[in-house]
Amino acid sequence: MYSETVMDHFKSPRNVGRIEDADGIGEVGNPVCGDMMTITLKVKDDRIEDIKFETFGCGAAIAVSSMVTEMAKGKTLEEALKITNKSVVEQLEGLPKNKLHCSNLGADALHQAIMDYYERKEGRTKPKKRQRGKVEPLEHREGRCYCPYCDVELAEEAPTCTLCGKPTEHRHA
Amino acid sequence: METVYLDHISATPLHPEVKRTMIDYLSRSFGNPVSQHHIGDVALEVLEGAREEVARLINANPGEVVFTSGGTESINHAIKGVALARAKKGNHIITSNIEHNAVLKSLRMLERMGYRVTSISVDEFGLVDPDSVKKAITDGTILVSIMHANNEIGTIEPIAEIGRITRERNIPFHCDAVVSAGVVPVDVEEMGVDLLSIAANQFYGPSGVGALYIRPKTEIWPLLDGGMQENSHRAGTHNMVGIVGMGKAAELARKDMPQRMEHVHGLKKAFIDGLGFIEDVLLNGHPTKSLPNLASISVSYVEGESMMLLLDEEGICVSTRSACASGSLRASHVLLSIGRDYAEAQGTLVFSFGITNTLEEVENALETLKKVVATLRNISPLYRKQRKR
Repeated sequence: MYSETVMDHFKSPRNVGRIEDADGIGEVGNPVCGDMMTITLKVKDDRIEDIKFETFGCGAAIAVSSMVTEMAKGKTLEEALKITNKSVVEQLEGLPKNKLHCSNLGADALHQAIMDYYERKEGRTKPKKRQRGKVEPLEHREGRCYCPYCDVELAEEAPTCTLCGKPTEHRHA
Repeated sequence: METVYLDHISATPLHPEVKRTMIDYLSRSFGNPVSQHHIGDVALEVLEGAREEVARLINANPGEVVFTSGGTESINHAIKGVALARAKKGNHIITSNIEHNAVLKSLRMLERMGYRVTSISVDEFGLVDPDSVKKAITDGTILVSIMHANNEIGTIEPIAEIGRITRERNIPFHCDAVVSAGVVPVDVEEMGVDLLSIAANQFYGPSGVGALYIRPKTEIWPLLDGGMQENSHRAGTHNMVGIVGMGKAAELARKDMPQRMEHVHGLKKAFIDGLGFIEDVLLNGHPTKSLPNLASISVSYVEGESMMLLLDEEGICVSTRSACASGSLRASHVLLSIGRDYAEAQGTLVFSFGITNTLEEVENALETLKKVVATLRNISPLYRKQRKR
């Protein structure tokens, strides 16, 4: 099911752990969606000197976390912000369609940790609560649910689209 | 690396005697049992012999057994067939909220056609209260469908008690016995059911063949129309090799059932006893009213698919009920119904034991599970948060 690279990162994840005196923290996901990811990083001269992750999730989620930290390590913050979900998936040699949403978490957690670093630098001391992006409700037609973005039919409680990986929200009419 | 197969709820290995019987049949006959010449007669005799064995397994008459392509077809046939045949008498169907998707999705389709479904909630052990079935019955109730044993948590439902209620009210009662028939005693008379679904691959028979028990005079339409096979309940040329295998598997399951039950239950007990060495593990299902061959556990702070994959790396095959591993990314409706939260449901594994498993294999699996859980907890943010408390 998974590529060799995914299995390699899943079985021997890189950069596992948590930096206690981190300069930036990114925390995304929740157990309801199935995955939770925390990225902590140390910054020196605008460069990511050290980065670690902790993940509660499936094989893909763990591999994505491992890969995204590998990709970000040693990069400048500007370069690291350019790491996208797509580039993580490419580096992993692909993910099954219904696991693409896991890749969103990886880049999200990284970007959030970097933004957290910037905000701390500007003098804000308390870490800000993560703002939830706008989530489109599922579309209902004849008792079935469809992804609002790519129109694939979904099971009712699916927290993310199984095809495009975007988060969706189920609201009963 | 040695394989330790602990996923008998997904499929059982073919019993060597079943395999021999199937190969023997393949080299002996190719006939269509419907043909009236002597080649057809050979097939017909084998077909009826298999039917007799399947009937004996569930204490039915051979004429009440319809061969199908497996549990899913049997269930679809029972539910849709009765709902369509009895549409003029009402449109209300009663079920439970922990049924297999074959039941739930058949009912969802009927709902789209205008039928109404009442779904009975189970308790924390996954038990259906027969009284709630009684209370849910209306004048328009045309079918009750409750499973015998649950495939995710192993709980065995009080089918006989529900059967007494449905019989009193003269309502057809379907029981999904796919994971219990051939594993524990199933008796259509004692249970008071009118329809019962079973599958051969749960008791060391081949995949792709099953049966539907239909009590005489039950109003039911076929799913497949065509020829006169199976008393016109199920058209289509018979899957003879599969049916022959199912017949043999049923015979062996009936004869060996007490020894098999004792063996798998011993393994299950050893497994559960050994779990005490892993902290924060919940056992799902009823402690005694449960399948002897299945142990369902929810491991806190880790996710099921990653546990399953790491166990597989060590040769151990199990099932997971985590949302990540389901195509739909949904948390299991069964686990949520018995009160597990999303994180617990995510960490659920199902170990199901079989007749070829040994105590050493179970001990090996426990050892490996312990390591796998420790590895994954080590990288889990939920585990760290819990330790801080």
